Amino acid sequence: MSDFTPNEMMTIAASRALTSTDVCFVGIGAPSAACNVARLTHAPDITLIYESGTIGTAPDVLPLSIGDGELCDTALTTVSVPEMFRYWLQGGRITIGFLGAAQLDKYGNINTTVIGDYHKPKTRLPGGGGAPEIATSSQQVYITMAQSKRGMVEKIDFYTSFGHGDGGDHRKRLGIDTKGPTLLITDLAIWKPDPETKEFTVVSMHPGVTREMVQETCGWQVKFADKVEETPAPTELELKTLRDLKARTDAAHKGN
Amino acid sequence: MARFMPLEQAVRENLKHGDTVAFEGFTHLIPTAAVHEAIRQGFMDLTLVRMTPDLIYDQMVGMGMAKKLVFSYVGNPGVGLLRRVRDSVENGWPRGVEIEEHSHAAMANAYEAGAAGLPLAVLRGYRGAGLAEVNPNIKSITCPFTGEKLAAVPAVRPDVTFIHAQKADKKGNVLIEGIIGIQKEAALAAKRAVVTVEEVVDDFSDAHPNLCILPHWTITAIAEVPGGAHPSYTHGYYARDNAAYLEWDQIAADRERFRLWMEEHVMKAKPEDFAARVEKLRVAK
Repeated sequence: MSDFTPNEMMTIAASRALTSTDVCFVGIGAPSAACNVARLTHAPDITLIYESGTIGTAPDVLPLSIGDGELCDTALTTVSVPEMFRYWLQGGRITIGFLGAAQLDKYGNINTTVIGDYHKPKTRLPGGGGAPEIATSSQQVYITMAQSKRGMVEKIDFYTSFGHGDGGDHRKRLGIDTKGPTLLITDLAIWKPDPETKEFTVVSMHPGVTREMVQETCGWQVKFADKVEETPAPTELELKTLRDLKARTDAAHKGN
Repeated sequence: MARFMPLEQAVRENLKHGDTVAFEGFTHLIPTAAVHEAIRQGFMDLTLVRMTPDLIYDQMVGMGMAKKLVFSYVGNPGVGLLRRVRDSVENGWPRGVEIEEHSHAAMANAYEAGAAGLPLAVLRGYRGAGLAEVNPNIKSITCPFTGEKLAAVPAVRPDVTFIHAQKADKKGNVLIEGIIGIQKEAALAAKRAVVTVEEVVDDFSDAHPNLCILPHWTITAIAEVPGGAHPSYTHGYYARDNAAYLEWDQIAADRERFRLWMEEHVMKAKPEDFAARVEKLRVAK
């Protein structure tokens, strides 16, 4: 086994959570890489959907934006944006909404809107885009992000998209009948919500990662499952697939 | 009834100070040339509507043209933040801008409602979302049949919508293909619709019967501007200039560098300059 970076491990661990029968609404960035590695390895029949309206897309390089021409060229079909959000997302056709996050709390609530007060922000971030409804209309939600104390916080500044709220049955109380965040994949670990409290709990750590490393890069007191597994290291095929994809992508985005 | 005219005239005749205007395009077919013309003509106090205000809205906000932004994602897609918008929101430079922020689902529904002549859009949305608390235009409505509480937002009805498309025929019918985004709804929701096109062809007689076509009687003015979407792309004509999106992050980071860039590439430029900008991005037809 060759060496791999924590980010590569994160993307590959995230890719393994997807199957050929999934219909996945893909967020840009880390989710996009994971979804395409899955498609190119163990889940060739996965349906990847980007919010620009492309259904069943199979890009050769990762898109820089959610609307790159590559997505449309390789899609089964391309629909309008209102149709995408009304029929396909709101209609309940999406099995997995795959999101990244700028700020995340232990209940899977995500902030990509502002740091600081909404009306007088310290940092104005791009905002939610499709995320508020992806988080509530997808059958379940996977989240992937690299760990940092700035990113994984006790309290987020703004609820861009709702995870499990204050935990427990908060979703149900709001009349949301989808599962919400069921999986968090970071560069150090795999987390799943506690069945009762819905707090993200570490169930697997990547090779070489210690509990201290997970805690030092997380802004809340980390809970570990009774039995914490070790995430299998990337296989040669997974690593090669990811690296080739990144190399093709870098070359394409530089205009070469 | 669509009239063909130079872009300078199309913008001058259809945009007014204080208008609510949508320059739409969902990463694809962004009407950059039309925006640059609006910047040159110095329109002010605009309410700028767009799902994904990217570089062109960064430019208009940086030039002080915007009174208000109505949007659902204010970023440079795949790159990061919009630095001129940030400077306006965080520091009031060159002026503060009022914000009405939605989700994509709500904006898409709101344009569709506008096109459908309805006063509001109804969706299963914003559940648990913070935007519902900070945007007074997000309200709720109870389904009279099931009792379900749903989100309601006002329809978007721009004074004028600008879009870019592949081609018009000689009568002024407009064809859009690829990622069609929200352009059809945005054009039909508006009082006036202005379209820039890559080319004008004789007719669409050999086209597939289900293509996205805006009939000539839904359009106010058409200007032929090859390359007019750059650095966005036009499916079948030229590719997205991803390097330009990456470069914009640097340009917009600094007020003076931004000003110089705008002077050289917008204020001193003409619609005809766009064709050369996409020359190296052309795709085989």
